[in-house]
Amino acid sequence: MTGIAPHAGQVLSPLVRLERAGKRREVPMVECSIDGRAVRVEEGTTILAACRSLDVPEIPTLCFAETLRPVNVCRVCMVEVEGARVLVPSCSRPVEQGMVIHTRSERVMSARRMVLEFLASSVDLSTTPKAAEWIAEYEAEPARYGPPMPASDERDLALTGHHHEPSVEYAATVQQPVKVDNDLYVRDYAKCILCYKCVEACGPDHQNTFAIAIAGRGFDARVSTEFATPLPDSACVYCGNCIAVCPTGALMSKQEWDMRQAGAWKESEQSVTDTICPYCGVGCTLSLHVQDNQIVKATSPMENSVTMGNLCIKGRFGWRFVQPRKEPSS
Amino acid sequence: MLGAGGSTSSYQEAEETDVVLLWGSNAREAHPIWFHHLLKGIRNGTRLYVVDPRRTSSAQWADVWLGLHVGADVALANTMAREIIHAGLAHESFIANATSGFDAYRACVEPYTLEHGAQLTGIPAEVIREAAHAYAKADKAMICWTLGITEHHNAVDNVLALINLALLTGHVGRYGCGVNPLRGQNNVQGGGDMGALPNRLPGFQDIRDDEARAKYEARWGVRIQPTYGWNLTEMLMAMDREEMTSLLVVGENPAQSDADAHHVEKVLRKLDHLVVQEIFLTKTAQLAHVVLPATASWCEAEGTVTNSERRVQRVRKAVEPPEGARDELWILSELAKRLGHDWGKPSAEDVWNEVRELSPKLFGMSYERLEKLGGLQWPCRTLDDPGSLFLHARLWEVPAQGRLAPFSVVEHAGPVEMPDADYPFLLTTGRRLESYNTGVQSGGYDSPLHRGESVDISPEDAAMLGVQHGDLLTITSRRGTVDAPAHIDRGLRAGVVFMTLHFPDDVATNLLTIDIADPKSGTAEFKACAVKLEPARVRGLARGTTNVLATAGTD
Repeated sequence: MTGIAPHAGQVLSPLVRLERAGKRREVPMVECSIDGRAVRVEEGTTILAACRSLDVPEIPTLCFAETLRPVNVCRVCMVEVEGARVLVPSCSRPVEQGMVIHTRSERVMSARRMVLEFLASSVDLSTTPKAAEWIAEYEAEPARYGPPMPASDERDLALTGHHHEPSVEYAATVQQPVKVDNDLYVRDYAKCILCYKCVEACGPDHQNTFAIAIAGRGFDARVSTEFATPLPDSACVYCGNCIAVCPTGALMSKQEWDMRQAGAWKESEQSVTDTICPYCGVGCTLSLHVQDNQIVKATSPMENSVTMGNLCIKGRFGWRFVQPRKEPSS
Repeated sequence: MLGAGGSTSSYQEAEETDVVLLWGSNAREAHPIWFHHLLKGIRNGTRLYVVDPRRTSSAQWADVWLGLHVGADVALANTMAREIIHAGLAHESFIANATSGFDAYRACVEPYTLEHGAQLTGIPAEVIREAAHAYAKADKAMICWTLGITEHHNAVDNVLALINLALLTGHVGRYGCGVNPLRGQNNVQGGGDMGALPNRLPGFQDIRDDEARAKYEARWGVRIQPTYGWNLTEMLMAMDREEMTSLLVVGENPAQSDADAHHVEKVLRKLDHLVVQEIFLTKTAQLAHVVLPATASWCEAEGTVTNSERRVQRVRKAVEPPEGARDELWILSELAKRLGHDWGKPSAEDVWNEVRELSPKLFGMSYERLEKLGGLQWPCRTLDDPGSLFLHARLWEVPAQGRLAPFSVVEHAGPVEMPDADYPFLLTTGRRLESYNTGVQSGGYDSPLHRGESVDISPEDAAMLGVQHGDLLTITSRRGTVDAPAHIDRGLRAGVVFMTLHFPDDVATNLLTIDIADPKSGTAEFKACAVKLEPARVRGLARGTTNVLATAGTD
């Protein structure tokens, strides 16, 4: 889980690619082979996008999102390119003319297995969609690193450069107490895989508020506000655009968290209806997640040309006026 | 704009333009997701000029902040125009091909030298010059504004002054160029599109246009008056004269949202019959003879709204309304029936199809296409029309197609009420990020950013008055008095104080504002009135509010 965040001011990646009126130009095509099949795609297309246009078995991703510049940190989407010394991240590597790509070779399967083992042994993946399926599919055995380290609440206190000898009895974990410091959203960094998505969404890719960054180095690295202050003392503006991109449920609206705690969160019973935010005239699409005739969450579609999945505090949280709040039933 | 009644550009153009003049707008807080597009532009090299009396959170992203005197917008625009003309930066071929009235305009701006403009606006001449040159020399440049332009007694002149700049430089009708009012409410644009204005028919067709009117009269089987009706301000005056005696208010809270609230309440009480269709028992609803409980149209009913890039988008029913609340379409149909017109039981789609049938520029927007394409931008005339990314490309055809775009002669006229010895401060109003209008909606959720109402004051004025952060002040204008805690804001210049309308039950800011409206648009001058500040007599309250203020977030 190491990587280098892109620098602020870097030109936006062409990966942020929404179908937009009036902007189609002729793009040269390149050819490659994926798992033995010949494919022709527009120059600049990533290996991941090329694979998703075929019906090759799904390539898992965690740190990738269509609306964010890739940071290549989770290493779960790696594929093998013949002639390349190391595996390549499919989410960011563009297809080149004549590439021969294998998405399920022994090297690939072994690498994904190891990444999943490292993640699952150190991070609580219980709310990460598909994690359990992938662990089974790749036959990952996170338990072989030993039982998880006993709970500790000292992670935020770690100082850069102060390392302790790791214990061989336990699997090191990022376990720490959940942060509940405001009415709008909760941060449970025991579930954080350090994918950088929240940092990028809060920072240069969308919101440009810079309330959070990566603090610490190595295994002590964690997402943090400045000096680990509670959110109300930070620069946070509660847009929740970090929640929108979090792939593990480490960031969650307080309402969803409360309902999950009470065992009242029933995703299979929820409907999702797209409508338009009732506030200003920008016209952001709100996807209203409704359970038992109560709005329980608002998101926006990533592929939406107005929002790219982003909202402001009013869109994300300001819809509660439409219905009397019902306490989560237990 | 330019006869079209909507922003000329799309949001994505803000990501790729070279210069943006953001004028009288704190979009970072009032239109946060539009500002995301602008931020992408800034990261791609767009130069941002923010024109605002306050150094706002939007201005913090600007290359140059032009901190003008409240109400000096026309003076600034005309000064920039004169500089552009004298520097030889006017787009002569565009002016010759696509515009009319340039000679009169040139004569009108001639007295606005940089020095004179600097005096009128308070902005250094060199800064005005730089902004004028940057805007004129840019390959692509946009002007975007909000209520800092339109909530003045000369609102229409302000808008025309900005359009003049775009015509002078040819920054309209091309990708990445344009003149764009950012709409403040989720269907302000749609309300105008649907003819919910005293001078328009659906499709923004002029009510005085005989042909358009005849088409609607034939379809509706009623006679439509060939003259403009009253705007909101004129209606309030007519109520005061007791010439207007009945009023139906749909989803609006004029008793708290309009300027000079004492006066508004007085005239609403004069009505023989006030009917309010609402989802809450607002202050206005409390004055009503009849309240019709309605659904929240954005999540408890079907329909469409139009956003600030002219994109018509579907709203859908996500939850069942509370018991007793009725769909607004049902309410209106039943009212019509009681008034002798049986409309049957039309669905939202039926109504929309009637709009399409009668409004050529909306015809291509069937529900099916709106669903499939995630909305469409008007004009969209046929079922295979992809919609319009930007308006007025016709002006670049040689010769320009359609009506030439007129320059307008507009002169500087500052606020109606300027500070004087008795009322030495100028109060201007606006929004904060987490709140909205009179707080009916945004009061419904808890947020660490909610800090209640305050009177924002410059550090210089606070020092002069001996006021500390959180001290309770009494703010008095010629119309009313309110108390609010002081919030020292380094973004304010001396002499200007700032308040919002978000907490009218605690601090009724509109008791202070002035009910003098633009004669053409009817919008009141919320952005400028003279006030005086004194320590409040009830000292005890200040302590309680200090803690709230201490947790205020900044963007």
